[in-house]
Amino acid sequence: MDKVIYAHNLSLAYNDRETIINDTSFSIESGSFVFITGASGSGKSTLLKSFYGAITPKRGDLIVGGVELSDIAPKKLNLLRRHLGIVFQNYRLVNEWSIEKNVMLPLIISGYSKEVSTSQVEKLLRHVKLSHQTGKYPQELSGGEQQRVAMARALSHNPILILADEPTGNLDDYSSQVIWNLLQGANLQLKTTVVVVTHNIPKTLNLEYKHFHLENGVLNEVL
Amino acid sequence: MKSFKNHLSLIMAIVTILFSLQIFTITERAIDAYESNLKENYSIVVVSEKKISQKTFQQMHPLIKKSELISADHVLKNIKLQMKQTNIKLLKTALPKFYRIHLSKFPSPDQIDAITNAIKEHVGVTRVESFENSHNTTYKLLLLFKQVVLVLAIFIFVVTSLLMLKEMRIWQFQHTERMSIMALFGAPVWLRSAVLFRLAVIDALLATLIACIVFVGMVNYGWIESELDVIGIHITIFDLFNDGLSMLMLALGLSLFLATMIVLGHKEEV
Ligand SMILES: Nc1ncnc2c1ncn2[C@@H]1O[C@H](COP(=O)(O)OP(=O)(O)OP(=O)(O)O)[C@@H](O)[C@H]1O
Ligand SMILES: [Mg+2]
Repeated sequence: MDKVIYAHNLSLAYNDRETIINDTSFSIESGSFVFITGASGSGKSTLLKSFYGAITPKRGDLIVGGVELSDIAPKKLNLLRRHLGIVFQNYRLVNEWSIEKNVMLPLIISGYSKEVSTSQVEKLLRHVKLSHQTGKYPQELSGGEQQRVAMARALSHNPILILADEPTGNLDDYSSQVIWNLLQGANLQLKTTVVVVTHNIPKTLNLEYKHFHLENGVLNEVL
Repeated sequence: MKSFKNHLSLIMAIVTILFSLQIFTITERAIDAYESNLKENYSIVVVSEKKISQKTFQQMHPLIKKSELISADHVLKNIKLQMKQTNIKLLKTALPKFYRIHLSKFPSPDQIDAITNAIKEHVGVTRVESFENSHNTTYKLLLLFKQVVLVLAIFIFVVTSLLMLKEMRIWQFQHTERMSIMALFGAPVWLRSAVLFRLAVIDALLATLIACIVFVGMVNYGWIESELDVIGIHITIFDLFNDGLSMLMLALGLSLFLATMIVLGHKEEV
């Protein structure tokens, strides 16, 4: 199987501070569903950031979607990011944009036509159960609803890889269930690779998944 | 709505700046008009036993613009009746020549001294009257006006800078997050900053429009113009084409400068 993410002796650090990820090697296969767990502050978000090029490896190799990230040119990074769907720990929606426009962002960036984008956004808002909230702005929504908007945004352009950082972190059961269903659907129907950082792996999933645990800066598969 | 409020704060900042600029322009125009009024009305009177041509006067001092012979006729009018025509002719030739000297700009007291001395040195000149005392008070008044305008200009500059700085902080804060998010989804730099530049242009246009409407209204109401007319100063308060254009340039310049600074200062976060 192809590897969507490949890391070899990877070390990560913020500027000149101590390393947070320390000389770790792992790979994530294309089409797989992966959970990453670990204590708070162990570096899960940091690791995820490295996958989308927001932090560059201090040492070692990191290849995502066939692209080496150690010394990537900004233009090439932009191209890679258009194939990723990122869900941030703190949502990160554009507050001055309606939720439709937020969901549409990746489609605008990829240059889809207005008609295609609009119907795609409509479909996704239906999938995250927010059709009744159209026209609203992020701050007029609850935390769970905002997270669902963020999820719709991450899925709107059919990415090859979804990177979700605690997407159900502080959501109620209903919102959590909507999000797990979506991630599962993307993985099963579109063969999208899904990497989710979480504290508790849901018991209701109907698919095979892999579980990695991050401890002392090293990522190991839990078998 | 929040985004409208954001628009409003930048628009108001630009309108304030445009307003101050125009007020400053009007004040400067008024002072210029006042100064040229003074220049027109001011003259030095020279009494000479010999005829002096305008060219000779001009060679005496660079500030001397033109000279004009004051006709002796109306001086003699009163005594005409009691005298014979031949006697008057005789008297006329015996009378000294009176000249009124006009200058190219309103002089300082030092310049007046220089000019008076230069004329006095000329052969035949018996008397030079520069009306120094009344000139001095007017000159001081003019200087005071100019200083007031200078203080006004400095004040406007400081207020403008502070306003821009404040707006810049707000903009930086508002737009950085959106630009970062767009970058994380792979938007090229031009697309990330397109929103910002569009906002900058729209806000500049709106601000110019508001300022123009206010000043056109002011001109139509005519209050300031008539007030100035009373003291003999005739100036243009607001010229929609020229002043409007320079307002638009300033507004666009400022807001595009702001936008550029923010785009250049934007760093990808980690
Ligand atoms: N922008 C940053 N600059 C410097 N240090 C950072 C930054 N972000 C995180 N850190 C540090 O890196 C370490 C790992 O942080 P990270 O956010 O990756 O942890 P995490 O595993 O995601 O924790 P949590 O489960 O609480 O989200 C922490 O010690 C944190 O203080
Ligand atoms: Mg985290």
